[in-house]
Amino acid sequence: MSEPVTRRRFIDYLLGGGLLAWLGVVLYPLFSYLRPPPVAEAQATSVKVGPIASVPPNSAIIFKFGRKPGILLHTPEGEFKAFEATCTHLDCTVQYKADWKLMWCACHNGRYNLDGINISGPPPRPLAPYTVHQKDGDLYVSREA
Amino acid sequence: MLGTAAVWTFSVPIAPKVVAQSGETHPLPENDWCITCHAELEDELARPVSLFTRDVHLATGLSCADCHGGDRTAEDPDVAMDPHKGFVGNPGPLGMPKFCDRCHGDAAFMKEYNPGLPVDQYTKYLTSVHGQRNKAGDKNAAQCASCHPAHDMKPTNDPTSSVYALNIPNTCGSCHADSAYMASYGIPVNQFAGYSKSVHGRALLERHDLGAPACNDCHGNHAASPPITGAIANVCGNCHAFNAELFARSPHKKAYEERGIPACEVCHGVHEIHQLSVENLGDGPESICATCHAALDDSRGIAVANVLKAELTKLDGEYDRADSLLTVAERKGMFVEDAQFKLKDARQAIIQANTLIHAFSDSVLQIKVDSGMVVLASVAQAAQEQIDEASFRRFGLVIASLIISFVAIMLFLKIRDLERKRK
Amino acid sequence: MSVVKPDSGVLSRPLKWINERYQLDHLLDFLSHKSVPQSSHFVWYYLGGVTLFLFLVQVATGILLLLYYQPGEATAHESIKYLISEVKFGWLMRSIHSWSANLMVGAAFVHMFSVFFTGAYRKPRELTWISGFVLLALALGFGFSGYLLPWDELAFFATKVGTDIVGVLPVVGDFLLVLLRGSEDVTGATLTRFFGLHIAILPGIFTLVLGVHLLQIQRQGMSEPEEWKRLPENQRRTMPFFPNFMLRDVLLWLVVLNVLAVLAVLFPWELGPKADPFSSAPAGIRPEWYFVFMFETLKLLPAHILFLEGELVGILFFGLGGLLWMLVPFLDREGKWGLPRKLLVRLGAVIVAYIAIMTLKGYFL
Repeated sequence: MSEPVTRRRFIDYLLGGGLLAWLGVVLYPLFSYLRPPPVAEAQATSVKVGPIASVPPNSAIIFKFGRKPGILLHTPEGEFKAFEATCTHLDCTVQYKADWKLMWCACHNGRYNLDGINISGPPPRPLAPYTVHQKDGDLYVSREA
Repeated sequence: MLGTAAVWTFSVPIAPKVVAQSGETHPLPENDWCITCHAELEDELARPVSLFTRDVHLATGLSCADCHGGDRTAEDPDVAMDPHKGFVGNPGPLGMPKFCDRCHGDAAFMKEYNPGLPVDQYTKYLTSVHGQRNKAGDKNAAQCASCHPAHDMKPTNDPTSSVYALNIPNTCGSCHADSAYMASYGIPVNQFAGYSKSVHGRALLERHDLGAPACNDCHGNHAASPPITGAIANVCGNCHAFNAELFARSPHKKAYEERGIPACEVCHGVHEIHQLSVENLGDGPESICATCHAALDDSRGIAVANVLKAELTKLDGEYDRADSLLTVAERKGMFVEDAQFKLKDARQAIIQANTLIHAFSDSVLQIKVDSGMVVLASVAQAAQEQIDEASFRRFGLVIASLIISFVAIMLFLKIRDLERKRK
Repeated sequence: MSVVKPDSGVLSRPLKWINERYQLDHLLDFLSHKSVPQSSHFVWYYLGGVTLFLFLVQVATGILLLLYYQPGEATAHESIKYLISEVKFGWLMRSIHSWSANLMVGAAFVHMFSVFFTGAYRKPRELTWISGFVLLALALGFGFSGYLLPWDELAFFATKVGTDIVGVLPVVGDFLLVLLRGSEDVTGATLTRFFGLHIAILPGIFTLVLGVHLLQIQRQGMSEPEEWKRLPENQRRTMPFFPNFMLRDVLLWLVVLNVLAVLAVLFPWELGPKADPFSSAPAGIRPEWYFVFMFETLKLLPAHILFLEGELVGILFFGLGGLLWMLVPFLDREGKWGLPRKLLVRLGAVIVAYIAIMTLKGYFL
């Protein structure tokens, strides 16, 4: 009578052990999933660029917006404007030139005015505009919905 | 009568083979006997009337008598076409430039119609080869009516105009590509053919990119002549500003000037300009550098040429490697958007590096190439991380499958055991 | 090993405690006698359980996805992108959810057709068939509403085309269209509506009907195939449901879980570019595979049949077909005005063949 009992107990132990391992293989991904990642939230069509003080007048910064670069300007007149920073000629990233008060592309000397309109050089189209708003001392850029 | 008949003997100025009989039409003036009579004549004499409905002069309110003189109110042809009433008739090719200049050279007059239009066309024309030959009595040399069709003239911004940017190569080519017509002048007739195959020609004629130059952008409109050898860099530099600037600071500028070598042309050609490649650097079979530097036995120049080639090749190669790694990761189902975003910076570095060649300096290029390599290294690393993650997932799958299979087998045995016991 | 025996097993004390308060003896006794007839049709008995298991997987992964998904035009796509790239094992949960959805609908179809071909829908199980049909319709609703939630290009246009079809109905068409979409076109309002449908309305209804379906089965026991019923009593073999069949069920579910894991890792679900309502439709828009046969049929119909729009005829045809299919237990010979069983089986075979061929056509032609 003992042999079938031992055998049954052996299977039970193995089954129990296997189930525990299975539980582990299910619970490990589950708990890893539940822990929030370092970047806590999805980036929507609105991006926080930084504090207002980080963009002094007559300067600009480049930021990442989705998968494309954006440029946020603080014009000499005190307005905040933002555009897609991909040059419409051959996709280089534009920059702001404080002495010319224009946006400029270093690759082939394309120039855009402060409304993003292409005014000189090879770019065939203006830069796509974004909306800027301020909240609690920070600058936010969003696409037109 | 004989006088008027004599005036009509002329050689037909070559009409540009371009989109004729197209564009907007304007109503012909009503109480104009020139129009009324000529409309009823035949062939050559009636054609100006039908053409004229599309003419820019008609649109501004001018008509036949304003250019040809005479009296439009007179029904009698002898009165209407009376030289004493100012009738000039057809000026012919030799008289055409002065004929048009009567108005177009008069600033006060032109201001009433189009203040922005220049009034120096005739002055410029006289400096051109066309103008000089015309003054010397050559009826075949281009004059106003050769490019601007006399009776259906349209402004340059009209896409159906023979002098609209897209149509200019054809207009110039209608003479300059005609070997029979150009036979007596002893200049090549392959410019149009070469241009059509060039990057400029394909941009303008195939992609309709109005930013690309047509003949007049390099040669001038009315002062058309080939640029002086030493001035080529200036002409190209009007658009290719960076390249010109870099070249002006490079060792080649002085060297070329001393030897009378045309700057941009010697590497890029003149009409049939193609995209160059890294093979045109260095000292390989396709190297352009070697054509001078090897002959001069200039080891330092060759060395720099080789460095330039090696650096660009290195950058391109690294870009391709990073790109293919990303493709591998993407095919494994991994998320590669962020890395692809970074790759754009590398693309930009390559574009800028290619421009920096014109400094002909290994140290200048090195800086740009190094910054590109840094970006590419991080992209390649990100791609590799994703590929490793894909492998990790597959590994995890194997482990999980083993455990599940083990549990399944144990369960199967348990079932069998239970049922054996039951029996 | 009956659970009602008070002194055996490690679970006896808690069960005894509950039994003293709720008197479960009769119920447990009844359940312990549940048995599965053993015949050549045995393997088909697993399918209902597999469908149920896949539904449970959907609920579990769906709840997990809910912790990171953000509905809304500006955030839906981005939150899924975030989920599959930043969240640990987010890719796994999402791919399992998508694959399990498809497998569940597939299993439901196979389960339904196996019930049809074995005649298990006959008296006394007519209403079980109907509740099952309702479950299938709800599952298709789950699939359609869930498909839009990532808000990518293909999903957007597939939803546009799918909801356009509703608008073809006369009189109620436009009203239903706007009701479904939450606006005239497919917009963020549609996304919100479909989200509510997918995580609240449909799960609620589904759970209720599923409860009814399971109760019906438990009350009536497993159906008995004709060939089994024709055997003399002493030759009829059965298997107890608890624990034998149930353990086998669990074993199969483990295998299905493994299949899901393999699919999720080796064939991860893609996320297309974000939907742009102003761009033109990409080539090759297609609804999910379980709608393809209807989609292909509609494509084949001419613009007008008699005085009706071709599409309308198609919809009415499928609507009527669905209704008749749902009423199949009453059309069977055993009902008052029934069709002969052989004819029904042949019709069923034609239907299966049609669905298979039209689905394949949608993918390969």
